[in-house]
Amino acid sequence: MTLLSRTADNLFWMARYMERADSVARILDAAYRLSSLPTAYGGLTSEWDSAIATAGCTAAYAAAHEKVTPEAVVHFLAVSPENPSSIRRCLEIARANARAERTALTIEMWEAINDSYLTMQGWVDRGVSLADLPRFLAFAKEAALRFDGSAHRTMLRTDAFWFTCLGLCTERADNTARILDVKYHVLLPDHARVGGGLDYYQWASILRSVSALTSYRWVYRDSVKPWLVADLLILKEDMPRSLAACYRSINGYLDELSTAYGWQGNSQRLARSVHMRLGNTSIETIFQSGLHEFVESFLAQNNELGAAIAEQYLS
Amino acid sequence: MTPRAFDEMGGFGEGCRPCYAALKRWLDEAPAELLDQRRKEAELLFRRIGITFAVYGEQAAQERLIPFDIIPRVIAGNEWRKLSHGLEQRVKALNALLKDVYGHREIVRAGVVPEELILCNPYFRPEMAQLRLAGDIYVAIAGIDVVRVDADTFYVLEDNARTPSGVSYMLENREAMIRLFPELFSRQSIAPVDGYPDELLATLHSIAPRRGEESCVVLLTPGPYNSAYYEHSFLADKLGVELVEGRDLFVRDETVFMRTTQGPKRVDVIYSRIDDDFLDPLAFRPDSVLGVPGLMLAYRAGNVSLANAVGTGVADDKAIYSYMPEIVRFYLGEEPILQNVPTWRCREPEALAYVLDHLGDLVVKEVNGSGGYGMLVGPAADAATRRLFAEKLKRRPDNFIAQPTLALSTCPTFVGSGIAPRHVDLRPFVLTGADKVRIVPGGLTRVALVEGSLVVNSSQGGGTKDTWILGE
Repeated sequence: MTLLSRTADNLFWMARYMERADSVARILDAAYRLSSLPTAYGGLTSEWDSAIATAGCTAAYAAAHEKVTPEAVVHFLAVSPENPSSIRRCLEIARANARAERTALTIEMWEAINDSYLTMQGWVDRGVSLADLPRFLAFAKEAALRFDGSAHRTMLRTDAFWFTCLGLCTERADNTARILDVKYHVLLPDHARVGGGLDYYQWASILRSVSALTSYRWVYRDSVKPWLVADLLILKEDMPRSLAACYRSINGYLDELSTAYGWQGNSQRLARSVHMRLGNTSIETIFQSGLHEFVESFLAQNNELGAAIAEQYLS
Repeated sequence: MTPRAFDEMGGFGEGCRPCYAALKRWLDEAPAELLDQRRKEAELLFRRIGITFAVYGEQAAQERLIPFDIIPRVIAGNEWRKLSHGLEQRVKALNALLKDVYGHREIVRAGVVPEELILCNPYFRPEMAQLRLAGDIYVAIAGIDVVRVDADTFYVLEDNARTPSGVSYMLENREAMIRLFPELFSRQSIAPVDGYPDELLATLHSIAPRRGEESCVVLLTPGPYNSAYYEHSFLADKLGVELVEGRDLFVRDETVFMRTTQGPKRVDVIYSRIDDDFLDPLAFRPDSVLGVPGLMLAYRAGNVSLANAVGTGVADDKAIYSYMPEIVRFYLGEEPILQNVPTWRCREPEALAYVLDHLGDLVVKEVNGSGGYGMLVGPAADAATRRLFAEKLKRRPDNFIAQPTLALSTCPTFVGSGIAPRHVDLRPFVLTGADKVRIVPGGLTRVALVEGSLVVNSSQGGGTKDTWILGE
């Protein structure tokens, strides 16, 4: 069994970009819903600001636009060629990576990526207006579902598959953490005392941006409470977008690799320590020592893991 | 005037030739709508394959599918046997020539081939001098273009000894035919071609420098932007070998390694689909980003084999081509089984005089040209063009050869107005390993879809057909 480092690298990034497209779509979805509420319920234009921040594009947006308007943000995050994290660019980059590795992909995966790319070209030509947005976001989320589904249903369970999954989980952990990073202040306990409709919609919006509003009710059988939202997103291994779930998967795939190759390195050690830290803490502890500090240190560690995987396998 | 062409189904009008009997019966019985429907299915099938595979560069190129004709070309078993003996002989002579060119040059000393044709050839690689290759194999994969003019005569049109392409079409055309016309395959015995990847892999393993160990073979491509990338990835897939780009390989201690997720892995045989010029920026073009720095060092040290070898272009040059009958006799002591198209070498004064007198009947080609550039097709050109060309010819006679316009054979082909004869050529693939020569019964048949046209190139409206070699 031989896998070129370049191939593994392309697969890893192909999956990361598909996942990022999905995540940007969910961020836009959450912002769109929140901003369409009456102001009394928290409908604020600042939602579009935080969408840009959550997508990690604050500087790039400022360079391209003077003002934050819903139309401009939608354009920037959906179809802008200049924004490397726009859904359009994500799909284009994922396809370029896939095209370079046709032989490592199954036909179904290639078709999933290529079809999404071709459909995207149609959206680029037409542009995405606010009224189009729900339909466009449905397309973008479906693209990621088809990609993910075809990978899981058709790929051989060998290193090529594990690198693809590693890319997806690393990106997903990063996205969830960034949502927490931007929104941590509405989850802080002193906020909870304020209570009322405004906060409820903010919390629900966070859950929606990780597609977990329904899951929350199933897990907690309780009304939406900020510390439980944080608990779900950080520590609940049952919740596929939580940091703990991502790291359980990352550990699993890295273990598959080390078993297959007969050796392990820095990335296995790093992933294990992050996972252990998540398993040995509680949401109370995290709040006591600072939610924001926790998220920031997690983001740094996640980046470190990406670099370790690259150094160990991809170069 | 072009003489009347031989039709591979109807001969010169004497009725159906035996090898076409079963196919003709089927064509006569099959309703026109059925053929039309299958043709549409074929198009869909290929577009689908195109979508999944043929993703060259940008959008316009992506759409370009080479037209596929659903009526197969049939060659009788005994005809193929003779043809394949001729091909084997021809490629043996090519390999002997290259060994000699980069060795003692006996052929020059014997006065058979002029020295300047070798030393001044742009594809001559002095780096290859005195290098011994595994099994003395230079051309491991050859694509010999042949045309047919009557029931018994095949002419060799061109020897492709560098990086011949098109074998993926041979394989995919057959795949499509089996899916579209399963009933035809049960009616007669048609030699299979799907063993080609196995034969190719065995050939590549046979020239590995390390004996008795599991050798690592890779296919080296210029990358996704190359127009033949589809074939490269298709073959790598079928061979089960890594499809590598230059940047995936590196040389350490005169040994080639590829970068894998498990660390460096030693490479023994490189099936190279990159031109010599770009192989190694340290040895050839320094601006090449496609190649592997130091590759020639490893090659010269005998630690890696290349297929085809560096410098084989000398043998697929048109001037050398004209000497092939003599080359076969010189190295093998045999009479050539396959004929050359009669060729006048304008470098020889009598030949030049003849060519200038008969420009209106001849095709004049540049010695190192390809793809139809710098060529005069006498019968099609007007007097002024011929006059201008004559001047060019007189200035640099050694740069040209001339050949008669051939009446290429025709095959029944599905065209807009029904079934009609169209001109064809054939590129069979000859694999030469250190152990033996392997020729898969079949090849790429190219067909000129435009009525009366002799140009089969895909860039100029040519298509392809499946090629059936019947069992004897």
